Amino acid sequence: MRNYGTLSPAKRFAGLVSALVAVLMLMTMAPARAAGTIKVGILHSLSGTMAISETSLKDMALMTIDEINAHGGVLGKKLVPVVVDPASNWPLFAEKARQLLTQDKVAVVFGCWTSVSRKSVLPVFEELNGLLFYPVQYEGEELSQNVFYTGAAPNQQAIPAVEYLMSKDGGGAKRFFLLGTDYVYPRTTNKILRAFLHSKGVADKDIEEVYTPFGHSDYQTIVANIKKFAAGGKTAVISTINGDSNVPFYKELANQGIKATDIPVVAFSVGEEELRGIDTKPLVGQLAAWNYFMSLKNTRNAAFIKEWRAYVKKHNLPGGAKRVTNDPMEATYVGIHMWAQAVKKAGTTKVDAVRKAMAGQTFKAPDGFVLTMDKTNHHLHKPVFIGEVRGDGQFNVVWKTKGPIRAQPWSPYIPGNESKQGL
Amino acid sequence: MARYWLKALVGVMLLGMGTVAPSYALDERAFKQLAAEDNDARIAALNKIVADGDVAVIPLLKELRDGLLGVTAQGQLVTVTDEGVVKDASTGASVNATSDDVQSIVVNNRLRGAIDAALAALRLSAPDRATRLAAAREISTDADEEMLPLIHRALAKETDAEVKNLLAQAEAIIHLKSPDAAARRAAVGVLGQSENPNTRQTLAALLEKRPDGTYAEPDATVRVAAQKAIHAIEQRLIFPRLIGTLFSGLSLGSVLLLTALGLAITFGLMGIINMAHGEMLMIGAYTTYVVQTLFRSYLPGAFDFYLAAAVPAAFLVAALVGIALERGVIRFLYGRPLETLLATWGISLMLIQLVRMLFGAQNVEVANPSWMSGGYALAGGVVLPYNRMVIIVFAALVVAAVWALLSRTRLGLYVRAVTQNRVMADCMGIPTPRIDWLTFGLGSGIAGLGGVALSQIGNVGPDLGQHYIVDTFMVVVLGGVGQLAGTILAALGLGEVNKFLEPYSGAVLGKIIVLVFIILFIQKRPQGLFALKGRTAEA
Repeated sequence: MRNYGTLSPAKRFAGLVSALVAVLMLMTMAPARAAGTIKVGILHSLSGTMAISETSLKDMALMTIDEINAHGGVLGKKLVPVVVDPASNWPLFAEKARQLLTQDKVAVVFGCWTSVSRKSVLPVFEELNGLLFYPVQYEGEELSQNVFYTGAAPNQQAIPAVEYLMSKDGGGAKRFFLLGTDYVYPRTTNKILRAFLHSKGVADKDIEEVYTPFGHSDYQTIVANIKKFAAGGKTAVISTINGDSNVPFYKELANQGIKATDIPVVAFSVGEEELRGIDTKPLVGQLAAWNYFMSLKNTRNAAFIKEWRAYVKKHNLPGGAKRVTNDPMEATYVGIHMWAQAVKKAGTTKVDAVRKAMAGQTFKAPDGFVLTMDKTNHHLHKPVFIGEVRGDGQFNVVWKTKGPIRAQPWSPYIPGNESKQGL
Repeated sequence: MARYWLKALVGVMLLGMGTVAPSYALDERAFKQLAAEDNDARIAALNKIVADGDVAVIPLLKELRDGLLGVTAQGQLVTVTDEGVVKDASTGASVNATSDDVQSIVVNNRLRGAIDAALAALRLSAPDRATRLAAAREISTDADEEMLPLIHRALAKETDAEVKNLLAQAEAIIHLKSPDAAARRAAVGVLGQSENPNTRQTLAALLEKRPDGTYAEPDATVRVAAQKAIHAIEQRLIFPRLIGTLFSGLSLGSVLLLTALGLAITFGLMGIINMAHGEMLMIGAYTTYVVQTLFRSYLPGAFDFYLAAAVPAAFLVAALVGIALERGVIRFLYGRPLETLLATWGISLMLIQLVRMLFGAQNVEVANPSWMSGGYALAGGVVLPYNRMVIIVFAALVVAAVWALLSRTRLGLYVRAVTQNRVMADCMGIPTPRIDWLTFGLGSGIAGLGGVALSQIGNVGPDLGQHYIVDTFMVVVLGGVGQLAGTILAALGLGEVNKFLEPYSGAVLGKIIVLVFIILFIQKRPQGLFALKGRTAEA
């Protein structure tokens, strides 16, 4: 009906976009020509669903690199970060990983959060013999020459948490409601937990497994079902809900009057960072299991938090004084430092030499322990803490292991895993 | 010091124990035990304190529960004020120590539950009925043997039937542990009157088989009685649970309706495929966040009423963005749906990135006002959350307002005229371009209102709109393009169907079933639930 001439706004738009793309490409290419530097890749989603969690890991990685550079860099060379944004898009992770390894020729990549993104980049790293440091707790059942896992394996997080729930202090739970987001990490973790619970004499009728899609926001029915299920005996909820679905879930719990003293909920993907988006007062007492909490009291952690706060302030990061540290951030920090130590020991950034030098590396971590990289299985020995949510969004540690424990990436609770312990 | 005494005094007065002077001649040793390492020792100490029945300890127990108590190196119980002054917990006297010397006492869930029960037991003799009722409800499922004297004392004085009933249940819970089978059987009978699912849980525990094959309850007749009691409780729970499911369906439906109503206007009436509709929701939610933050810093006293300001603000902001969008982009693309789709999609990405740059990629916290937190408890532990009730009412009000605007005002008449036959309306002297941007602004503003509602139940983040865009289009298409009544019916219907399916199929499969159903329905009836009758010109 209306005709505003042949001038198409879409065409003008296209011109603008191509100009932008060109500028962006120049920006990422520029460091390629700098000499006397070592390039490291940072592969975290800065947009999309996972941006909520992964943005802070990028910030933490940059902080750690700054810190290492301030102490003279590695092998007399400065580290130069190459930051790419895979945009919570799993195939794009593989593409960006390939770009980092072949075009930018980075010595190492720090990145990924969800297991599905790690599975997506894994073939690329194995094909091109790259090196990936993965900083997040995950389901295990994987071991690659080309990956170092600085987050927890199931026996360093999920299993101790369930043991705690079954103990007297944890409430002596008899029935378990396993609630998760529908993808590989929750499903595998729950498979391991079910086998573990069977070994403890819990029958199938006392285990309920429920999954929701990514980004699910209506938890009314599920919370009502939890209540119904709990009427059959002392119940604990084990949540592997990932991403921002946690906010509506916890809000619904609070509004329907479920208190942690009646039905405790232990979460494996909820930390200080995720709680920033929630009013935590109704959640007091809900549990989380991690290998690090910001509220841990030791001098190493105090220094770590102080450094992070100063970095946030200096770079004027969004969130400002409200920014917190959490477990995957600590794992990122430890991973980058260990890699730098291994490069120093090997005297080169060549992947095979660094891999060899990584075995048995130690680092005094903010969790207050000296963490060791296992000699064979590419996982850290980590302590386990169980925390209860406080009114201020931090955690009170109510249980902890005596010291770091060795990871079992191949869970003994899954049949057929007995022979797969090392590489 | 003065503050502390005042607090203690108020606490005591509230409990109607004004005749007793606030004395802190407490059992010092029992209190020291509260800071013990071992939780068993702490709970034993707590039970001893409860057995004394001294209501003066209530403020101290509350502080312990809230994690405000600490212990010095000398083992003295202290509290630390906000200013960092350390005070003795029982006398309120200043202590010569800094807050760094104080090890705070960590209270875990088990202890917190025990403290709650202890507090409830001590409150059983409060003069206020509501306090007594809440206390009785708390201990009716979670009573300890040490509370028996307190319960007996309260039962003797109690006149209110409901409180009395709950107290009898608390007594019965204690008697379940009695060595006498007849007493246990009688207790089970009393518990069968309960409407509380937690009581069912306690009874179910009696029927459990131990690994060695014996039952937790040795007497077979008690087990039979327990089975009967469980059945009676379950019968009583069926109806409240049905109400609960209906309510959650209605609530989901009202959320869908609020998010889709704006689209029903922009897409349904005007025929614009507006992929940036979700971002209007997001803008409404962020406006709520900004208003909330302003209230928090400038009007903390009126914080509970920030929504009253957020609703018009969100409408205006979203409407203005919508009008800018219509004037700046969409009006050049009328009649070219594919290009509109691409352009609005591009704009939605820009808006997301803009918000991400302004507020950060993280979700922001939007707190419920206190009157919207919590819920109305039906019998049987079914709770209808207040925030969802408010949203249902809000959705009804918005629908009524939109209906009145479209059918009772001149603007509404013009809107209907233009959407039904643009050329004819133009001929009649209606300023169609102005009606276009007004209508688009209205649709966007209503989406902003939907954003206010979403901020109260879900996440507020840059991606908020992306989660809803598919659902809203689904609702509008199912309802029949161009029909508000269809949108309303489709939203409520989808909500109820979803909630009745979910317990059987799970959330993932439930969503798929609903989608398949809609596809089949649209195959059969492409015009949706309601179709416009008569002549309708394509815009």
